Amino acid sequence: MTRSLLSISELGEAGIRRILDLADHMAEVNRRPNPKVPALRGKTVCNLFFEDSTRTRLSFETAAKRLSADTMTFAVSQSSLNKGESLRDTIETIAAMGVDAFVIRHGSSGAPWQLGQWTDASVVNAGDGWHAHPTQALLDMYTVRTALHRREGFDGVRVAIVGDIKHSRVARSTSAAFRLLGADVTFVSPRTLLPPVHDEPSTARLDDVLGDIDVLYLLRMQRERMNEALVPSLREYTMRFGLTPARAARLGEHVLVMHPGPMNRGVEMAVDPAELRGNVITKQVANGISVRMAVLFDLLGSGSESSLAGGIDA
Amino acid sequence: MAADEQNRAKQVLGPDDVRRAITRMAHEIIERNRGSSGVAVVGIQTGGVWVAAALAAEIERIESESPELRVGSVDASLYRDDIGLRPVSPGAVSELAFTIDDTTVVLVDDVLYTGRTVRAALDAIGDYGRPRSVQLAVLVDRGHRELPIRPDYVGKNLPTSSDETVVVTHDGVEIS
Repeated sequence: MTRSLLSISELGEAGIRRILDLADHMAEVNRRPNPKVPALRGKTVCNLFFEDSTRTRLSFETAAKRLSADTMTFAVSQSSLNKGESLRDTIETIAAMGVDAFVIRHGSSGAPWQLGQWTDASVVNAGDGWHAHPTQALLDMYTVRTALHRREGFDGVRVAIVGDIKHSRVARSTSAAFRLLGADVTFVSPRTLLPPVHDEPSTARLDDVLGDIDVLYLLRMQRERMNEALVPSLREYTMRFGLTPARAARLGEHVLVMHPGPMNRGVEMAVDPAELRGNVITKQVANGISVRMAVLFDLLGSGSESSLAGGIDA
Repeated sequence: MAADEQNRAKQVLGPDDVRRAITRMAHEIIERNRGSSGVAVVGIQTGGVWVAAALAAEIERIESESPELRVGSVDASLYRDDIGLRPVSPGAVSELAFTIDDTTVVLVDDVLYTGRTVRAALDAIGDYGRPRSVQLAVLVDRGHRELPIRPDYVGKNLPTSSDETVVVTHDGVEIS
């Protein structure tokens, strides 16, 4: 049976908790002087990144290596795709070399599902179009869980996700995961950047919610949205939705400030994040490795109930 | 687990037997290591942890003049040789808040069976440092070794068949 991680909704609440519990073990490995375990020796993980990415690609690569898996990185710009080979032929060629898991980022929503039709290997969605970015959501959950000491769940935790919700796969996956764990999520966004259908309450006034939250989650303001005239100007965006010094002063001492990166300093983040008491942005990056190790181990290190004769050694 | 009616547990050790076995093993550990300085007691997650705590408490009681005993736990699940063959079910996270270089590690588990968990735990220990030596203490040795692993301290040798289950708690040892 091949298992894959394609979206938070397919993973479900039990799956999220399973990954977060495993991530505790991986975080312990990462605290050691020699952060490496032999768990996935002999497994091969192939990174397929069709979109630019620094942190996610390096994070997955590091995660695989710390579990002793072999990694292959497929650089689209140097590939035979440029010679006209179809994506499917490329995938089947790589799969024939013996790959246990593909980690894929693609600009088109649904690309990981399509990949799953073509290969028997596990597929991990590392971001597809506007649709989903489940490992980002998992590392966000792990960050909140460890920072707030909320192992049991997020009942009563109030989260504001601020920015371009509509075009953000991070917002979609992260809000879904927050809600599955019991948090209350509010979208704070210009009307033009709100998805037409959403279950979360929404507001266009950040100042109204600032005093009543436990987590402030800032999204990256993508500059290309300016060209589409969805936001009048970056300066106006910062005035209404950015974390300015005045707003930072109003944040409660316990409030976590999160950002999926890459950050636009002076736009959504108009203060020096190092001066924010609840800044957990670098923790998010560090936790990303632990969580991705947990995801890879969960997919590749797990077998079925009956396959080992004689039971387990007590 | 299939036949619950057949699950007639037979108690082979009572709570007092368990307590006495732990006391005797504590004495043996102290005797062999000429005291408890330089000794670290490390339980294997999860079943070995309470045994390690009980052993450490006894050692500290007997050697009350010695400096505080180092006690920790190690999780071997990322070092097992059956990864990919069974469901992932790691126990609690390793806790080794001291350097194990040049210590005598007494590795502790509740039941010694095939020896594969101990093999994995030895690999895990090796990733934290280089102990002077490693000794193995188990409350119950039920036989059926699949690797050349031998305990240094045994609470009770218990011949079993491989379809039996051995459960060890503070309250005693049961076979079912």
